[in-house]
Amino acid sequence: MNSVIHTFPYLVAGWVFLCGLYGIVTSRHLVHMVVSMAVLQTSTYILLLNIGFRQSGAAPVFADLPPSTRIVDPIVQALMLTDIVVEATVVALVLAFVVKAHENAGTLSPDDLRMMRG
Amino acid sequence: MSQKVRLRIFWICAAGFACIYFLVAKNLPPWGHYRGPYGDVISSLSVYERHATDVVNAIDYDYRGFDTLAEEFILFTSVLGVMMLLRPPERKATPSATAEESMSPAVQLAALPCFAILILFGLYMSTHGQLTPGGGFQGGVIIASAPMLVYVAEHFRAFKRITSHPLVEGLEAAGAAGYAVIGVTAFAAGVPFLTNWVPLGVTGKVFSSGTIAAISACVGLEVATAFLLLSYTYLAEIIADAGKTK
Repeated sequence: MNSVIHTFPYLVAGWVFLCGLYGIVTSRHLVHMVVSMAVLQTSTYILLLNIGFRQSGAAPVFADLPPSTRIVDPIVQALMLTDIVVEATVVALVLAFVVKAHENAGTLSPDDLRMMRG
Repeated sequence: MSQKVRLRIFWICAAGFACIYFLVAKNLPPWGHYRGPYGDVISSLSVYERHATDVVNAIDYDYRGFDTLAEEFILFTSVLGVMMLLRPPERKATPSATAEESMSPAVQLAALPCFAILILFGLYMSTHGQLTPGGGFQGGVIIASAPMLVYVAEHFRAFKRITSHPLVEGLEAAGAAGYAVIGVTAFAAGVPFLTNWVPLGVTGKVFSSGTIAAISACVGLEVATAFLLLSYTYLAEIIADAGKTK
């Protein structure tokens, strides 16, 4: 039972990753595909934050904590912090590509886009 | 490739991935028992070495400041890409009637204090990143959400007056360049790129932790203007489309 609890949070990350991948593979709409990509990326947040988590660890802010407090890993949190904002703008860029694809090809289905000429 | 074949290949790959991933997850350190030395080392050092009480920001803007510089340029280039893709010049001058309608006075009255609070809170976030949770990235997004209230309560033209100003584009470039310039000023002090050479000040005060506070403010400026430009570009696209169908 104990080993289930210790592994389960990591498995959640793998499950979200597979959900995003399934969405991309079966997508019939480009916007749906972009959202699936965002879901897939979320799995990395879950995995990394789980790796850095420590039971009864405080947030890594020493403004009101004594310096010897046990805290969770601040490095993975720093990685997530920049990535969330950058991901939002990258999704905006991909959506701009989608808008242009719709204007040029008149369709949003990835299957029909293969007919597109260069 | 048909949908059926594609799905079959996906299930085979997913099963393989699931097996390997399960073995990996089983052999990771048990959840909640973080072992790695780096997080503990850096959190015990950052208050003494950098006088920054928020370790996350000390890492982002100092210890791995070079990576964050690159990530900020990813942000800058993607905003540049969106603006180049979505702004054909001939479509600019087609505002529809919906761009002029504004909401009731009650909504406008409620939006005004919210606007002020959002701007203040965003500024607080971007300037206190070295002390408490927050920092340039979060503060910038909060500031950028304030003009959206203007769009909701007033009309597109009021929103356009704020966000399509050439100053916004200039400030975005200044925010992105400011980070690199702060890094370069370290050369003048005779130390490597992005070294925290400014006097560190008293731990716990706003003007402390040297370049961390300055870089955090620069990133706040960059993120706020980047999101403003993004929201403006998309809204202009939507409103131009609405004008076309009428």
